[in-house]
Amino acid sequence: MDVRSQIAMVFHLDKCIGCHTCSIACKNIWTDRRGAEYMWWNNVETKPGCGYPTRWEDQQSYRGGWEVADGNLRLKSTSKARIVANIFHHPSLPTLDDYYEPWTYDYQELFNAPEGPDQPTAKPISMVTGKYIDIEAGPNWDDDLGGSPVYAENDPNLAGLTEEQRAQLSAVERLVFFYFPRICNHCLNPSCVAACPSGALYKRGEDGIVLLDQNRCRGWRACVPACPYKKTYYNWSTGKSEKCILCFPRLETGQAPACFHSCVGRIRYLGVLLYDAARIHEVALSSDEELVDAHRSLILDPHDPAVIEAARRNGIHESVLESAQKSPVYRFVKIWKIALPPHIEYRTLPMLFYVPPMSPVMGQQTGGVVEHVSGDLFHDIDASRVPMKFLANLFGAGHEGKVRYALRKQKAVRWYRRALTVGDVEMGVAERMLREADCSSEEAEAIYRLTSLCTFDDRFVIPPMHREEAIEMLEDPLEHKQGVGFGFLQGPRRGL
Amino acid sequence: MPSAGNYLDVALFSVLPYVALFTFLLVTIERYRGQAFTYSSLSSQFLENQQHFYGLVPFHYGILTVLTGHVVAFFLPAGLLWWNDHPARLYVLEAAGLIFGLLTLVGLLAIATRRLNVPRIREVTSVTDWIVLGLLLMQVASGVYVALVYPWGSSWFAAIVAPYLWSLLELAPNLGAIAPLPLAVKLHITNAYLLILFFPFTRLVHVLVVPNPYLWRRPQVVRWYRRAPSPARHG
Ligand code: HEM
Ligand code: SF4
Repeated sequence: MDVRSQIAMVFHLDKCIGCHTCSIACKNIWTDRRGAEYMWWNNVETKPGCGYPTRWEDQQSYRGGWEVADGNLRLKSTSKARIVANIFHHPSLPTLDDYYEPWTYDYQELFNAPEGPDQPTAKPISMVTGKYIDIEAGPNWDDDLGGSPVYAENDPNLAGLTEEQRAQLSAVERLVFFYFPRICNHCLNPSCVAACPSGALYKRGEDGIVLLDQNRCRGWRACVPACPYKKTYYNWSTGKSEKCILCFPRLETGQAPACFHSCVGRIRYLGVLLYDAARIHEVALSSDEELVDAHRSLILDPHDPAVIEAARRNGIHESVLESAQKSPVYRFVKIWKIALPPHIEYRTLPMLFYVPPMSPVMGQQTGGVVEHVSGDLFHDIDASRVPMKFLANLFGAGHEGKVRYALRKQKAVRWYRRALTVGDVEMGVAERMLREADCSSEEAEAIYRLTSLCTFDDRFVIPPMHREEAIEMLEDPLEHKQGVGFGFLQGPRRGL
Repeated sequence: MPSAGNYLDVALFSVLPYVALFTFLLVTIERYRGQAFTYSSLSSQFLENQQHFYGLVPFHYGILTVLTGHVVAFFLPAGLLWWNDHPARLYVLEAAGLIFGLLTLVGLLAIATRRLNVPRIREVTSVTDWIVLGLLLMQVASGVYVALVYPWGSSWFAAIVAPYLWSLLELAPNLGAIAPLPLAVKLHITNAYLLILFFPFTRLVHVLVVPNPYLWRRPQVVRWYRRAPSPARHG
């Protein structure tokens, strides 16, 4: 057992209202710079939809993540042998047009336009070339366009759905969509790290945050195709790649990352998970069907004395262990099993988990009225407006079992609370549902509390990161007394 | 009395090489120490993906092969002469050199056209980019010209140029053999020194940071701040 600690995350999709506050918070802090305008380290997508960059889940063309070949794990996009072929021109690199050309507006037009019959408009200007452009795409161009032929119908997750199921997703007046906010998953088996020829990408040992060393990056851009979630970005101005840093400077000072902090729907949870690094390779080799369970089995019980002992041996600080024991992520993922990794079939072993959304599942329209009660208690879930197969393609490597389990449990919790507070559901029925959903009433109560009544401190259990110790190992703080800080002292200027 | 031409020869072939090499070493090291951030391929594939392929790929395959040829001739002149002993082998070598030279030239022209014509690429084009492309164009064009007009270069490089270059390294420049060479060859050599001189001030430094550790490192990289790296067990 090689115990390591990881800052892990849960996004509760049922609570996301698609407001994009998270994206704006991130943009304002990190990517409002030349060359980074097009980057959205945090973005919010509508599902079904094409996402950002367009159809990023289509690994036939982007070739992200890992594949199993002859019992070995290998990158889809590159390899040591293919480096020569890939380094001068990477065949699966997405280009600016796969994202969108960032723009601003010529606001002067509003004041200077000659008098005429029409209102003047602010003309869009490209932030790359500075020329007027016709806007053809944006980072959330398919926002709320569930059911649309151009966007929703091209969602790669529709693969394997029957015609009937597809039609069901976009039926007139019954079409369905939900939001899917995304950041870097800070994976356990990151393909961006494995692909980087320069070794510029790395996982921080102490907290598992995946970072990209700007001084080591040489612009070989192998990480961009390699990440199946398209969460490393190439800065065309500095000639370096960049990615979500999980706001580590905020975490190190005890604050939640900006997107977490600002989230209006309070959908985001953050906490420590302890995991067994010795088993990563073995788990990543599991079959699609076993992957979700295998991934979950990497996560260790922070109360287990053997785990604590091994963690101490690995130098994990007591305060981090304490934090792991209070982690909301541990409860969602490991105890309640209602949070699932996105696209686990990419085998990067993401450390961001999603509670699949109930709302589009629950509503079953009969004669224009949304129906919630049915004789067969879980019938609604399988007959729901969003086909289970679609959610399974996102959160279960195509297998419905784990998704159904998570949804049934959530539904049982709702019925149980409804029986308690509204009273229009019989307690006997609610209790039967809980039983069938593998949930006790205490667990239901705990899920309800952490979902609905959670405070800031319930959602974000941030361990002390002890960076002061780390820094002291590298530098003598006294030497820097009254100086200007420790880190990067020259500005990030483009080379000649 | 040495003639004016002789003075020029001395300046170009026994002073310039030292100035170029010294500048190259000093500036690359200083730049690496002080401004590691500026070491990058500065790839522009992200902005334009089609013409990129037709320029960058032939150019790099071409230049790397041709450069390797020069390096081999420099280190193993005797071996080269032995190889060329056989006319068939000589023809193969000369033809290959010419083909890769032309490949480089075509790629270079495609690169320059792309830089000129694609608006997005113009945004990331600097004056130094044009200096680099100009010098490279001169270098490759003069090289191809020499290959066409003064054949069997692989042999006379080994016999004449390699000894001269070695004499430079031994700090006893011997211009005897070089002086009578045709103008085009002298241009090729002089331009090479200029390239070396400008090299550290340009994007060409990407050649020095080619990622060889990748070939033997473990796939996953973990950095610990509070303990020595533990052997990764997977990847
Ligand atoms: C040793 C192996 C080399 C590697 C791995 C390499 C890699 C690269 C890469 C990745 C780019 C960026 C291409 C892009 O825009 O996406 C580039 C550009 C360039 N390389 Fe190399 N290179 C190598 C050797 C050389 C050599 C020997 C030369 C010439 C002496 C050279 C000259 C150039 C030039 C001039 C550009 C800029 C092209 C432009 O204007 O777009 N490279 N190289
Ligand atoms: S801020 Fe929260 S609720 Fe709003 S879009 Fe982002 S994740 Fe969803």
